[in-house]
Amino acid sequence: MASEALGWWGIPLAILAGTLRGSAPFLFVSLGECLTEKSGKINLGLEGTLLMGAMSAYAVSYLTGSPWLGVIVAGIAGMFLGVIHGWLSQQPRVNDVAVGIAMIIFGSGLAFFLGKPFIQPSAPQLPVISLGAWSQMPQVQSALQISPLFLAGVAIAPLMQWFFRSSRWGLLVRAVGDSPDAARAMGISIFKVRMASIVAGSFLAGIGGASLSLFYPGSWSERISSGQGLMAVALVIFARWSPVQCLYASLLFGGAQAIGPALQSVGIDAYYYLFNASPYILTLIIMIVTCSPKRTLTGAPGALGQAQE
Amino acid sequence: MRNPTFQVTRRQMVRGLLATGAFGLTVKLSACGNAPTASGGDTLTAGFIYVGPKDDYGYNQAHAEGRASLDGMDGVKTSEEASVPETNAVQETIRSMIDLDGATAIFATSFGYFDPHVLALAQDFPEVQFFHCGGLYQEGVHPENVGSYFGYIDEAQYVAGVVAAHASSSKRLGFIAAKPIPQVLRNVNSFTLGARSIDPSVTTQVIFTGDWADPVREAEAANSMADQGVDVLTCHVDSPKVVIETAERRGIFASGYHANQAELAPQGYLTGAEWDWSNVYNNYITMMQEGKTLMNGGIPHLVRGGFKDGFLKLSPYGPGVSASAQEAAEAAKAQLISGELVIYKGEIKDNQGKVAIAGGKELGQTAVELEQMNWLAEGVMGSVG
Repeated sequence: MASEALGWWGIPLAILAGTLRGSAPFLFVSLGECLTEKSGKINLGLEGTLLMGAMSAYAVSYLTGSPWLGVIVAGIAGMFLGVIHGWLSQQPRVNDVAVGIAMIIFGSGLAFFLGKPFIQPSAPQLPVISLGAWSQMPQVQSALQISPLFLAGVAIAPLMQWFFRSSRWGLLVRAVGDSPDAARAMGISIFKVRMASIVAGSFLAGIGGASLSLFYPGSWSERISSGQGLMAVALVIFARWSPVQCLYASLLFGGAQAIGPALQSVGIDAYYYLFNASPYILTLIIMIVTCSPKRTLTGAPGALGQAQE
Repeated sequence: MRNPTFQVTRRQMVRGLLATGAFGLTVKLSACGNAPTASGGDTLTAGFIYVGPKDDYGYNQAHAEGRASLDGMDGVKTSEEASVPETNAVQETIRSMIDLDGATAIFATSFGYFDPHVLALAQDFPEVQFFHCGGLYQEGVHPENVGSYFGYIDEAQYVAGVVAAHASSSKRLGFIAAKPIPQVLRNVNSFTLGARSIDPSVTTQVIFTGDWADPVREAEAANSMADQGVDVLTCHVDSPKVVIETAERRGIFASGYHANQAELAPQGYLTGAEWDWSNVYNNYITMMQEGKTLMNGGIPHLVRGGFKDGFLKLSPYGPGVSASAQEAAEAAKAQLISGELVIYKGEIKDNQGKVAIAGGKELGQTAVELEQMNWLAEGVMGSVG
């Protein structure tokens, strides 16, 4: 028998590989949501945006043969949904959470409707960057096949951190999110800043969808996201609205997805429902650890979730 | 300008109504199907209902292909609707197929349609015949215009196991399963027994994903097994597309399920356990055209079968299947058809070492014990609990 079987080493390797493969959608959606929430609005509809992005990327890649064009169209489709959310949620006395839930239903319904003809065909996938050539082991080589979108996401996180901390536009976004009155007194259009933040955030979420359908798992179906968009929105809260922490949290969630299957593949097959639920359990634990009734969350934008007059 | 009291103005009311209407429209749009016009004269109209998309390389595609095989028949019209959930929505679909399309036979292909939906409508429309895929009909309990049909697809999984054992060099096979329910376990066990009939050292690693459709976890399971040296993968999930594609990317063999997935894995596709509903549907329609019905006893209420009755087929062998493997597979298939080969023939141990089927005992395909299977055979790595 060849030296193929990895045994117990398979678990950390699978988690590492799962992290590199599966965290890009979390990363893009959470960065998009981070930007949106920094401006003081919540966009729960990113689950719908993710599905719309996945569908349009797959469809365009299939129809034109160019996966990169698919990625761009996914972003544009996300922006389209973002404009709707940005406009609706800023109407007087409109609750952005309620609009977000409507946008989940709208985005996913639209994606399912338009995506019907693309369930069967196989679309060209994004190229992979192989970083595992140094290893003789096919498992390691396969684990280190990295999506260019993932690398882009990893680069965007510190850039966005810098954007918030050191750039004038970042300051505007933070001002609008923390103290809209002060921002208005400065002569800034709150509507425009929030609209821009929501649209840019939705663009990123759409790209996250492209990563689902064009890299991993690499197929379009109605169950492709399985709630990843919503988890990524929750993830922003315990990443404390910090883009770099969004990156760490996304890596953690991508890895957690791989735990259940990896354990079963080496023969630990008890409690697999529990292990499969690990991303959700992780969410709960982190929420419990980080939340306290005595203080508000540090880092939360001041005007987040407040009704608009 | 905050207004502390909660009042609904007329404008808000209109907005709310518009929003509700738009929501309803979206829901309708996302579940739209095609509905050919009503038939007249001697044309028989049959309605087909699927729970998911009809081109998903899976269960629903197998049924839709069976439906499409009726297109050439004289005197038959069909209407179909895909992605109908197992809720009251299916009752609405059936109603409109009967009232608008004039359907006199309904084929409800998903397990959860039966109770209460098909049963309720069977009472409202006693002249319409309802055929449900899943084999749940009970004599005397259910209305007489209801019938059910199902196939013993584990026969095809047994033959796929024979092929997999020939192709595997690591002697480790992988099975990605949705849930540990009897039908799934029966497929896992038959696949393994087929493989071990060729080489008793072969083992099958099973991973339960916990859901009928969870593409990310299916891909993760396929990758983990490839890392562990598994070199043939098969599955029992709603749509095998992701599993087959991932296996191909990892350069290992794959064996299909439900429908033919050969296009997804031109290199590694071995064969696949497929439903062949075209035969079943053609038989039903022929019987109906001869004037037989469920009500007059011409059509049996419970129709089941395996290879012999034309309920199953194997995907054409892929490039990785050797001549000797093909020979062994065809021999196993022929023995299953002739009845010489009984898959569950004692003594079979489970993977805990206990005797599951005593020596000398033969469980034919109709045996009730097989429909309640809650064990994994020797050679399967995994557990049902």
